[in-house]
Amino acid sequence: MTDTSTAPVISARDLSLTFQTNDGPVHALKDVSLDISRGEFVSFIGPSGCGKTTFLRVIADLEQPTSGTITVNGMSPEAARRARAYGYVFQAAGLYPWRTIAGNIKLPLEIMGYSSTEQQSRVEKALELVELSGFARKFPWQLSGGMQQRASIARALAFDADILLMDEPFGALDEIVRDRLNEQLLELWARTEKTIGFVTHSIPEAVYLSTKIVVMSPRPGRITDIIDSPLPRIRPLDIRDSPEFIEIAQRVREGLRAGHLDD
Amino acid sequence: MRNLIPVLSVAALLIAIWYAAVVPMNAQWAQDQARRAGAELTFITLVADTMSQQRPRLPAPHQVTTELWNSTVVEELTGRRGIVNTGSLSNRSLIYHGWVTLSATLLGFAIGSVLGISLAIGIVHNRAMDASIMPWAIASQTIPILAIAPMIIVVLNAVGITGLIPKAIISTYLSFFPVVVGMVKGLRAPDHMQLDLMKTYYASGSQVLVKLRLPSSMPYLFASLKVAIAAALVGAIVAELPTGAVAGLGARLLSGSYYGQTVQIWSALFAAAILAAGMVALIGVVQRATLKRMGMAA
Repeated sequence: MTDTSTAPVISARDLSLTFQTNDGPVHALKDVSLDISRGEFVSFIGPSGCGKTTFLRVIADLEQPTSGTITVNGMSPEAARRARAYGYVFQAAGLYPWRTIAGNIKLPLEIMGYSSTEQQSRVEKALELVELSGFARKFPWQLSGGMQQRASIARALAFDADILLMDEPFGALDEIVRDRLNEQLLELWARTEKTIGFVTHSIPEAVYLSTKIVVMSPRPGRITDIIDSPLPRIRPLDIRDSPEFIEIAQRVREGLRAGHLDD
Repeated sequence: MRNLIPVLSVAALLIAIWYAAVVPMNAQWAQDQARRAGAELTFITLVADTMSQQRPRLPAPHQVTTELWNSTVVEELTGRRGIVNTGSLSNRSLIYHGWVTLSATLLGFAIGSVLGISLAIGIVHNRAMDASIMPWAIASQTIPILAIAPMIIVVLNAVGITGLIPKAIISTYLSFFPVVVGMVKGLRAPDHMQLDLMKTYYASGSQVLVKLRLPSSMPYLFASLKVAIAAALVGAIVAELPTGAVAGLGARLLSGSYYGQTVQIWSALFAAAILAAGMVALIGVVQRATLKRMGMAA
């Protein structure tokens, strides 16, 4: 037990991934090394093509690295996926229109073979976590975009994986909804103590949410800076006006600019 | 109501063109008859004559309608040659002939749909089937059905299979194809994200099929079923032509053409069209109800 709490949940060493395309090879990731500890909230930020989504997909075993090693919960990503070690939230909610909200959250539970009473109680718990308890029997089209995305987070939480991987989950939503969801996500993270990997291209979002910010740059996709946030774990929204916050945001911005100067 | 007006306008226009065509098409025969009788035809009597001939080249709409009415409703109610009031004469009611064709159509459609869906599932899941089945399926549809139907019937007859089954097989032959094409497209409708999501759950192929691919394919399924059932009806009618079948809409068409009974041919044609429209409409009703239930109503 003590072993697992100190060992990194996700550990990547010299990870590279090259896509072969018609225009020649694309170096999506080059020599990426990173450790993520249990309970951390790690944001990946960078311009498009910097490999932040690719890195998340490698963790999820949706892409295979060309070289280097990576372990998830001490296992290969494939074994971790088989063990249902993570929940994945995509940019679009991707709820099934033919299922109710409860039915959508039940989907992974059905696939993983939970009993129907277990499914019922887990659906209720997940809905409560994302504050959608009254919406179990609604259909996706009856919900706003922000609520749909919350439902998709509930779907990823339903089977209680330790790791939550989120690929620009709020990218398609407006600023006001996004602020509210960020706040809720922090509350949820505090309650569930999950390890979260979060891809974003918004500097304030990354700084507000993360305990660790990974700044990446493109061509080839690599890490230019890793910032351990000094902000406290409990963060009201107005922390974004504090000097510490602005200072970290400044450092992220410099990291992004440095990545571009290398071009 | 707003939808009805354009439909009725087009129907009225078509009927007007049809009536207009009846006069010149049948005038020759009317004038020949008049010349033999030594009578002079006024325009009015000419028009009246062209619309009431026993064996016109082109029967007038009201003649076809009357024949349809007499050979269905009147025959069923008062005749001896319907399903209810059945008799021994070969010239039975159109309801009876329609049912003979319809039963083969429905059986062929059912087999064709199941076959089409099965093939599509195989094609989507198996690379070898993907590469091998489609070209054959397409090739099968390039062979004129009129050429292959008699061979199927003769071969099956030789091994002792007659009646409903050979006709249903020809219906199947025509109806499986749109289902295969539609369902391959439908089963491949889920995007990368939805498939990736299933992958993160470590879902098996059959779970992806049942929980994602099949529900996603429903709009495609219904669209192809509509095409398939119309094709199945054509198949059943064509199957009745070369066999010398005594029953069925195809048999009515054939006997009508043997004896120059154009009114009979046209009413059989309309019976087939009404049958097809009815079946397509029925699938449309099921489609609307299903997609609405699934929250996918267009």
